[in-house]
Amino acid sequence: MSIRRSLLTPLCSALALAGAVLSAPALAAEEVSLYTTREPKLIQPMLDAFTKESGIKVNTVFIKDGLLERVKAEGAQSPADVLMTVDIGNLIDLVDGGITQAVQSDTLNSVIPANLRGADGKWYSLSLRDRVLYVTNDVKLDSFNYEDLADPKWKNKVCIRSGQHPYNTALVAAMIAHDGAETTEKWLRGVKANLARKAAGGDRDVARDILGGICDIGIANAYYVGHMKNAEPGTDARKWGDAIKVVRPTFKNGGSGTHVNISGAAVAAHAPHKDNAIKLLEFLVSEPAQALYARANYEYPIRKGVKLDPVVASFGELKVDSLPVAEIAKYRKQASELVDKVGFDN
Amino acid sequence: MHTDTLPRSWRLRGPERGAGWLAGAALIALAVLLPLGALAWQALHADLSHWSHLARYVLPQALSNTAMLLAGVGILVTLLGTGAAWLVTAYEFPSRRILTWALLLPLAVPTYIIAFAYLDLLHPIGPIQTAIRTLLGYDSPREFRLPDLRSIYGAIFVLGFVLYPYVYLSTRVMFMSQAASLLEAARTLGAGRVGVFVRVALPLARPAIAVGASLALLETLNDIGASEFLGVQTLTVSVYTTWITRSDLASAAQIALTMLLIVVGLILLERHGRKRQRYANTQRMRPMQPRRLRGMAALLAVVLGWIPVLVGFVAPAWYLVVETTKRLHLVGGVSQQLLNGLSNTLIVAFTATAVTLGCGLVVAWAGRSLRESARFNPGRACARIASLGYAVPGTVLAIGLLMPFTWIDRQLGTVFGTQGLLLMGSMGALVCAYTMRFLAVSVGGIEAGLARIPPSLEQASRLLGESASGTLRRVHLPLLRPALAAGALLVFVDAMKELPATLLLRPLNFETLATWLYAEAARGTYEEGAVAALAIVVAGLLPVILLARTNLKMGH
Repeated sequence: MSIRRSLLTPLCSALALAGAVLSAPALAAEEVSLYTTREPKLIQPMLDAFTKESGIKVNTVFIKDGLLERVKAEGAQSPADVLMTVDIGNLIDLVDGGITQAVQSDTLNSVIPANLRGADGKWYSLSLRDRVLYVTNDVKLDSFNYEDLADPKWKNKVCIRSGQHPYNTALVAAMIAHDGAETTEKWLRGVKANLARKAAGGDRDVARDILGGICDIGIANAYYVGHMKNAEPGTDARKWGDAIKVVRPTFKNGGSGTHVNISGAAVAAHAPHKDNAIKLLEFLVSEPAQALYARANYEYPIRKGVKLDPVVASFGELKVDSLPVAEIAKYRKQASELVDKVGFDN
Repeated sequence: MHTDTLPRSWRLRGPERGAGWLAGAALIALAVLLPLGALAWQALHADLSHWSHLARYVLPQALSNTAMLLAGVGILVTLLGTGAAWLVTAYEFPSRRILTWALLLPLAVPTYIIAFAYLDLLHPIGPIQTAIRTLLGYDSPREFRLPDLRSIYGAIFVLGFVLYPYVYLSTRVMFMSQAASLLEAARTLGAGRVGVFVRVALPLARPAIAVGASLALLETLNDIGASEFLGVQTLTVSVYTTWITRSDLASAAQIALTMLLIVVGLILLERHGRKRQRYANTQRMRPMQPRRLRGMAALLAVVLGWIPVLVGFVAPAWYLVVETTKRLHLVGGVSQQLLNGLSNTLIVAFTATAVTLGCGLVVAWAGRSLRESARFNPGRACARIASLGYAVPGTVLAIGLLMPFTWIDRQLGTVFGTQGLLLMGSMGALVCAYTMRFLAVSVGGIEAGLARIPPSLEQASRLLGESASGTLRRVHLPLLRPALAAGALLVFVDAMKELPATLLLRPLNFETLATWLYAEAARGTYEEGAVAALAIVVAGLLPVILLARTNLKMGH
């Protein structure tokens, strides 16, 4: 066998294999493609309802990190119609990255309050996620300021996930907006000193660690409580949920609202199915979809008047911090650097 | 026979090496450089101002954490891997035969799964601490609890116990195929069993330990799941923070490339350390005769031998089985998803394995040593470059691949007039990504296999008129079969577990077992992912057992 032939053989088989795995997806008549960093299970019920109502098929790909980079690289060829993500910072990144386009819709503008969408129509919030205090049932506590987390009386009693997680940098950014960077740094050092364990894990670990006796209070998102307290009796999650109650904290300087982050979406800059993309967004803020957000995901609906899950309703009415969410995105980098500076995660 | 003693005209020079092979290797190396080049291009788009922040507040901690993690995992995998390999090679005791392959089982458990399994098992309200409290008579975890797993020691523990099989596999093969005659010589010269291990077996096994440990350490360095979960701030975590939280991809690329340089430096240093050593063996391969242990000694061997399997596989697998049975009612609803995920996983992993192995063979063969003198070898340089994909975190590599892939897609679109994205819209991108990521695994294994075949065999074959390719086909491939099988199965298992690149590069409506598991885990409801996690572990078992059969039987 000659050298050339022996080299060609593996090359040819590699090409044949490559050919076998390459098959361009067929284009259906009515469809919309969704790139999402939201976990498929959370949004699948809404998407199924949308397909049922409109007959439009929804293609999805769930991406964790790199949504912006992927869509940017795909450029004008990108099949993406709708981009969906959580955290205002992530959403604004998509807008700043130039991969969204401005769309106008009377439905979206009338349902979503002006401070929860881009003025130019380049992004829209779909649900609210309040960041609250989990408290062990043994401690009586009716009201709480985020600033109190640094109070030395909670020494070795506080649990929280990594300070660099977007949920926490958004909270720190809001704190910077309210109290200034200097006060926030001092506050972060105080919280760090109060930590009962490393700033790590997830939000539900706060409830689990409260049950495990590691801490008494902790900061986490409210919807997890809906998941845990609604879990089947006897499961671990239910035990964790039953070990805690929820207090909605507020900021000392800045009205009487609780820190809220959002989940949101935008129409992709090169959306091949722009009309369907708008239809999907409009459907997601409709009464039935918002009810799913509220009762299947336990998130706070963006639409007024939607019935809440009983567990979430028991926390009382949500008073949202008056700070516009886009403000939070501005301070995010500074917040992240402060978290590094005080060695919060070390 | 040394080629240097041959007349000049007999030496195998450039063209005889097979210029086609070298060209192929160069092409593959170039392909691996593409994503790294794309990253470097990204890195140029940032100024250096963030380094002062990093140097003051991040790097001291991240560097010391990373160094400690690497040192700890390195020591643990070497001790467990080499110790276990020696135990099952040098001694005969009950259950030894099962143990030889059972020791590989942790390979089937991804690091992100073992981290959450142990966090649950060892949590103050988990089964182990609850049992301890009951034994000691405490009522509540507030009265008594063990130290938190979320620490650097916890990370060393979980990573060490799933990554040691890399070292076990390479050293076991080494002990079995190579050392026998030398070990017996040492024995006849009066050295005790322990003495033989320390003075002969260990030094002989050094290349094998280096190969296995460097794979384990690169996985540790690039791990994001377990480190993040256990709250260990490593360099890789800081790359993520810079990219995700601060939206600064360019700076993140700078950190990642700096890390890559350090890794390359360390690997070169280790290779330089054993540059002057030769390990080829012309003797017939023959396993050493294990010594039969009795009584307490046998019991001790059984206990010691099974500990890594219990900790690295049985406990987490048992946890997954328990969590799955709690959710059996869910399995009915997800079985179609499970089947889809499974078939996607198998198809991509299988294709990627075939391509990776083919490329690995080209690269390793082009880089083989034709003579004993250690001059610059362009083929070997290609092999080193082609192995770089394993030295960067999966997501970082995937980000680097986005640009070349979409560029190729646009060119394909222009040339063939096709609509949409051909590579990114199919499994093609995943197969390429896996190949670049895991090429190091196959190249390393094949190189180690080639190193055990004395160059004199090729010299003889070539002097008898056979071409380079013919020699590969008729002489080396049959001898390489165990190394190829081992490489194939390692790549297959790695590809099945791969998560970050799969998440970023897969097409619409396409889930593998790993992405399906991650989708569950991303909500923080890790236990809901137990079904998928168990599926990954079970699907990984088959190749691992095959690996044990083909590879460890060698010499029997």
